[in-house]
Amino acid sequence: MDGATILVGLAGVLATAAPIVVATVGETFAERAGVINLSVNGTILLSAMGSFVVAVTTGSLFLGFLAGAVIGAAVSLVVAAGSITLRQSQVAVGFVLTLFCRDLAYFLGNPYMGEKGPILSVRAIPGLADIPILGTLFFRHDVMTYFSFVLVVVAWWWIYRTRPGLMLRAVGERPESAFARGARVDLTRYLYTTLGGALVGLAGPMFSLSVKAGWKGTISGLDGLGWIVLAIVIFGAWNPVRAALGAYLFGLLQWLSVVLQPSLQGIPSQVLQVAPFPLMILTLLLVNIGNAEWVERVLAALPEPSRRIVARILRSLRVVQPRSLGVPFERE
Amino acid sequence: MSEMSNLGSAARRPALRLSRQTWINLGLQLGALVLAFLLTSVILLVAGAPPFDAYVQIAKGAVGSMGSFSNVLVAWVPLLLAAAGVLVTFAAGLWNIGVEGQIVLGAVLSTWMLRLLQETSLSPALIIAAAMVAGIVGGGLWAALAGVLKTFGGVNEIFGGLGLNFVATALTLWLIFGPWKRPGIGSMSGTEPFPEQLWLPTVGGLRLSLWALGLAILAVIVVYILLERTYFGLRLKAVGRNGRAAFLLGVPTWQYGLLAFLVCGGLAGLAGAIQVTSVYHRLIPSISSGYGFLGLMIGMLILYRAIWVAPVALFFAALNIGSIQLPIVLKLDSTLSGVLQGALVLFVLLVEGFRQRYIRRARLAAVGASMVTVASTSEEA
Amino acid sequence: MEVQVSDIRKHFGPVRANDGISLSVPAGTIQGILGENGAGKSTLMKILSGYQSADSGTIFLDGKPVRIDSPAHAIRHGVGMLHQDPLDFPPMRVVDNLLIGAPGGIIPRRREAATAVAELAGSLGLSIDLKAEVGSLTVGERQQLELLRLLWLGARVLILDEPTTGISARQKAELFDTLRCLAAQGKTVIFVSHKLDEVQELCTRAAVLRQGRLVGEALPPFEVDSLVTMMFERQVSPGERVTCAPGQTLLSLSRLGAEHGRIRFDGLDLEVRAGETIGLAGMEGSGQSLLLRACSGLNPASGGRVVFDGVDLTGKPYRHFKKRGVAYVPAARLEEGLIPGLTLTDHFLLTQPKPGLFIDREKGRRLAAERIADFNIRGTATSRVESLSGGNQQRALLALVKAAARLMLLEHPTRGLDIESVIYLWSKLKERCNQGGAIIFTSSDLDELLRYSDRILVFFAGTVVGPLDATATSVDELGQLIGGTGLDGRPIGSHPGERAHV
Repeated sequence: MDGATILVGLAGVLATAAPIVVATVGETFAERAGVINLSVNGTILLSAMGSFVVAVTTGSLFLGFLAGAVIGAAVSLVVAAGSITLRQSQVAVGFVLTLFCRDLAYFLGNPYMGEKGPILSVRAIPGLADIPILGTLFFRHDVMTYFSFVLVVVAWWWIYRTRPGLMLRAVGERPESAFARGARVDLTRYLYTTLGGALVGLAGPMFSLSVKAGWKGTISGLDGLGWIVLAIVIFGAWNPVRAALGAYLFGLLQWLSVVLQPSLQGIPSQVLQVAPFPLMILTLLLVNIGNAEWVERVLAALPEPSRRIVARILRSLRVVQPRSLGVPFERE
Repeated sequence: MSEMSNLGSAARRPALRLSRQTWINLGLQLGALVLAFLLTSVILLVAGAPPFDAYVQIAKGAVGSMGSFSNVLVAWVPLLLAAAGVLVTFAAGLWNIGVEGQIVLGAVLSTWMLRLLQETSLSPALIIAAAMVAGIVGGGLWAALAGVLKTFGGVNEIFGGLGLNFVATALTLWLIFGPWKRPGIGSMSGTEPFPEQLWLPTVGGLRLSLWALGLAILAVIVVYILLERTYFGLRLKAVGRNGRAAFLLGVPTWQYGLLAFLVCGGLAGLAGAIQVTSVYHRLIPSISSGYGFLGLMIGMLILYRAIWVAPVALFFAALNIGSIQLPIVLKLDSTLSGVLQGALVLFVLLVEGFRQRYIRRARLAAVGASMVTVASTSEEA
Repeated sequence: MEVQVSDIRKHFGPVRANDGISLSVPAGTIQGILGENGAGKSTLMKILSGYQSADSGTIFLDGKPVRIDSPAHAIRHGVGMLHQDPLDFPPMRVVDNLLIGAPGGIIPRRREAATAVAELAGSLGLSIDLKAEVGSLTVGERQQLELLRLLWLGARVLILDEPTTGISARQKAELFDTLRCLAAQGKTVIFVSHKLDEVQELCTRAAVLRQGRLVGEALPPFEVDSLVTMMFERQVSPGERVTCAPGQTLLSLSRLGAEHGRIRFDGLDLEVRAGETIGLAGMEGSGQSLLLRACSGLNPASGGRVVFDGVDLTGKPYRHFKKRGVAYVPAARLEEGLIPGLTLTDHFLLTQPKPGLFIDREKGRRLAAERIADFNIRGTATSRVESLSGGNQQRALLALVKAAARLMLLEHPTRGLDIESVIYLWSKLKERCNQGGAIIFTSSDLDELLRYSDRILVFFAGTVVGPLDATATSVDELGQLIGGTGLDGRPIGSHPGERAHV
């Protein structure tokens, strides 16, 4: 395979991973505020179907994408209400919704299977698109892929460089302290969960109106991507840039599995695509390592010089998760 | 003595409120069901189909003929096992999302056992029994893995289970397209089907195996007894509701957590083994077909009360089988059953949240007031 | 800024935490607020700082009545509270910590904040590392950070709640210098403490709360005796002392030390004999609960040995202690002691020794009925424990202690109970002593300690005074020791050593 093909392939990875990037950034926002939204898988399917139907019916891509965002926001609003106001488990509500939305997507989308809908077109940015290598990689995409690039940067800037972003981190980290500093914890959680849901909802049409155009029901290949988004959020340590890299890595693995298909006799691509999950489990192990009692005990038993070294290694590997993730906030 | 009569009147008054409370609860739960049907009907209207016809068709599709009803029972079996299993983990306060993978691993291991023994001269009954045991072990081990990750690695069982689900699926695919592939090319239709003598015997010409049904019903009864009538179940519930207090009272908490995983995994693995030996007679990529997740939904819908597993699981199985004909008869997708099931669980959850938040507050205030007047001493609230 | 509260009332259920408190604090004062556990100090401070709202009463700042609805609202009015455990954000950096909640535009002005706070620190003689992670600072440093933050946001009234727990002597001296400096600038400092020597050293006025009311005010020079009397005065109700004949040594602690977070103690020697009751006195967080946990295996010993019934159990986990006959009853009834959702019968069934496989409901009900009658629990065998009143929950907790337990470690066993229940429960507990058991218990009720203990240990900031003979000491003496003044009139040495930890 020559250089040009590889370059085009990599550019394709950036484009096919774009919806995952957008969804991952959205879920990162929600989890940073302390809310796990397990409905991501179902939401992507529902918004993919819904936006496709709207786009086909109205002929407007814009309305299609808008519908996707609205659907995503609506679903996540239910998760927020169920867990913040009605104090039910976030896991329970999100889990039910993910199955419900998936089946709803298949059910309502049935009549539209196989139809042809509008597809987002590639718009090369004049001038920048002609730069060698970088031009092909970054500047020959459709508008939503550009959006995904910008989103990662904006999300990073918002979370780490603005005052509201600081408050977001505060709410996720220690809601009672944030409350003492003037945060409206429940409102913040509602807002970011809904925002996150809207972004996840955008990922759906980014598939059905662009990368995996059309609605093909159960063989659309979209089922399962939402779970992967959740895995990547954790692997990305709740940092949008790291999460985006994780999404690109995942896309890369998908692409590689297709490219290397001939050499790997008969083994389907799904096997390689499982990779995000062991990585997620590994990250979760690192979140808690050093905190586990038995690790503390083993550490205390080590001789002094090696103990300090091991402790330092553990501390550098440690991933900090928003401590209030999944925990409802009770104002005293 | 004055204390005793105080006790009497205190016991009497809350009792009255209690039975009114039960009526309110019943009413609320019925309300949830009604809302779910309403929502589903709206969705049907959006899809351009008359709701009543759809429901009738589902009913016909489920119980219209002997054949379809026996299919309902066939679908009932894995649901019974999965729902019974997750009730055990729910009792321990765990979200065993990994139950899907546990079903798969049960299927994988029982397939392995069948492949191992199919050429030997052992009696088929023995081979099938061995396959069942292998399935239980497979599911149990896979669940134990999630449990160990949680207990010693601090990995939340939701994400651990999720990851292991995907790994299990990948394992299945690798086996089907790799070492266990059918002669020629591997295909999505699964492994080479096992010879008929290794099929779990069925009734008449139907796909239903009374053995499988019997095992599943036995499992539900065992789980019910376990949870409601044994010390094991009591300790499990203690761990699930207040791990710290349970520990102080002498219950070995993490051991019970792991045991809960093992039991649920074993039941899930049995379901997988039954799918292989009784339904598909081979290993296919989607051997668990979402039964694990559906089992979790059933558990949530019945608010974790074991006595309701059997009827609700039957209802869910009927919905699944009943909707199979929908595409042909009404041009609707069969996922309508999933929509209805999801709506039911969703509304039960939301209504339960509503009840806990708004109704309970009113009741506590009322009971509190009555207790203050009844109590003759001032005690810290 | 002048602070005045007028007729503040706040109740929680039947408990009147603040029962009409009126107090006036002029600007530039360091006002000490003294009182034992449950006197109402924290409630009053929470009301003043916006964490709770009073049922009735008014707050005046500089003569004007104000409404304070939330902590953020409070700081806008210039009232800031420094909690014992500062409400900060451990994984974030110091400079970010400062900025959270501070007013400003969308871009936080880190450099401006950093310079302003550094200047402020310098003016008070403090220094802070702006790049450090808050979690890596010591408690004293986190306190300084929080103080600086409140000052930077314009606080003119600073409320400090037991600030000297777990900080080093040097940090305490720094803190006091800072507070004096602030008072000299016209700011008002409200210093809540139970440590009499510190109030003596630092405060320019003192007010004593007891049972929700203001019982007295004092100006320096403070008389320890009168302060103690105001804090701890009790009606000494007549009652018979029950003493059990002491038997064999049951528990032997040699040079025992333990630590948990900020609390620690070292070098404790104690022998407890069968039939004895040892009372542990002191303000919350002084180490009594830690001792109970160390004697039950819940907290590993950091030094020394624990020998129970002749067997060295040092370092062994909780279940070993339990098996050998040590029972631990926690104070947090619903959080640590009982299991919400389960009935009384369920609890009694759970604590059955050698129960077999199947639950014998009949036996369970009989057992429950027995225990309910025995401990006079107001509830039925099928009552869910969360529906019982607090007092009955406490009785249930004690009823759950196994008959075979020889050493009972009780954390606040009669908290929230009326006097009749206290007497009744102690009669049951003393029965156990007569049968050869021993009790170690913590309590904030000095009367209870004096009447039911044989010997008393007093905890103050990690130092243990005693054991004192309960028949030979008095409420005043105990109060004095709890407040940190030794029986010789000199302060009890507070524990040295700066702990660098989260």
